[in-house]
Amino acid sequence: MNTETNAVSCMKQTAQPTAALYAWTYRPDVDIVEMADEWQLSADVPGASAGDLDVNYERGVLTIHARVSDRQAADTRFVSREYGVGDYFRRFEIGEGFDAAGVRAELATGVLTLHLPKAARAKPRKIAVQAR
Amino acid sequence: MFTRNGFSFTGLDRVQREMGRVFTNVFDNLERAPERTLPAINMWETDDALLAEAEVPGLTMEQIEVFVMNDELTLKGRRSAPQTENGTFHRRERRAGEFTRVVTLPAPVNADAVEATLRDGVLTIKLPKAAEARARRIEVKGV
Repeated sequence: MNTETNAVSCMKQTAQPTAALYAWTYRPDVDIVEMADEWQLSADVPGASAGDLDVNYERGVLTIHARVSDRQAADTRFVSREYGVGDYFRRFEIGEGFDAAGVRAELATGVLTLHLPKAARAKPRKIAVQAR
Repeated sequence: MFTRNGFSFTGLDRVQREMGRVFTNVFDNLERAPERTLPAINMWETDDALLAEAEVPGLTMEQIEVFVMNDELTLKGRRSAPQTENGTFHRRERRAGEFTRVVTLPAPVNADAVEATLRDGVLTIKLPKAAEARARRIEVKGV
């Protein structure tokens, strides 16, 4: 029984409830891909809706916070409970090399996709080497 | 494992049977193990129905199959790997691949009336209990 619980519980990494958010908070799995002109970050946030999602990029720190309320009443008779439902929160230090005004976010089928366009100066620039 | 006749399935046996099935799915293809995802399932009951919920982000209706047979609920699906032809992965945590999860139901259900809905990456399955499984209130008569 223990091994099975471990196999599925590692799917959802939990963080201890913090003082500010008095509820269980979960750390969503992400994929981060660098393309030529932008970075794409995809996060698994099942159960979150667009209205309850906060994405913030400020001073080089990207913060994702989705408020998710319990889907079942507190007196629900659970037969088996393998995962909990709660807010999603994750923070990345990504530096200032992104165009904050151009950040786009999409939410579909429980996956949040962020497009972070590189700032002009962060794009690779070929430097000509002059021989002396 | 439990092939002897007359072996009655108590609750503990049912748990062990289900464990066996979960391990079979995970360890069958050990070489491909990193590709397998295994959605966690929550199950609760009301007087009239069993309800099951699984988080399956990134999946559409066409990528999921739900089967109910006798006292088993099967969830089968495939999550495609993210396509990025010209990109470099800096972090890859989201798992992709096939999964099959079989769960034994604690009560008989009416398989013809099972409903499943998918919304925001959450799959909810409603399994109405079979008539004989519904709680019946028994009137206590004083003598």
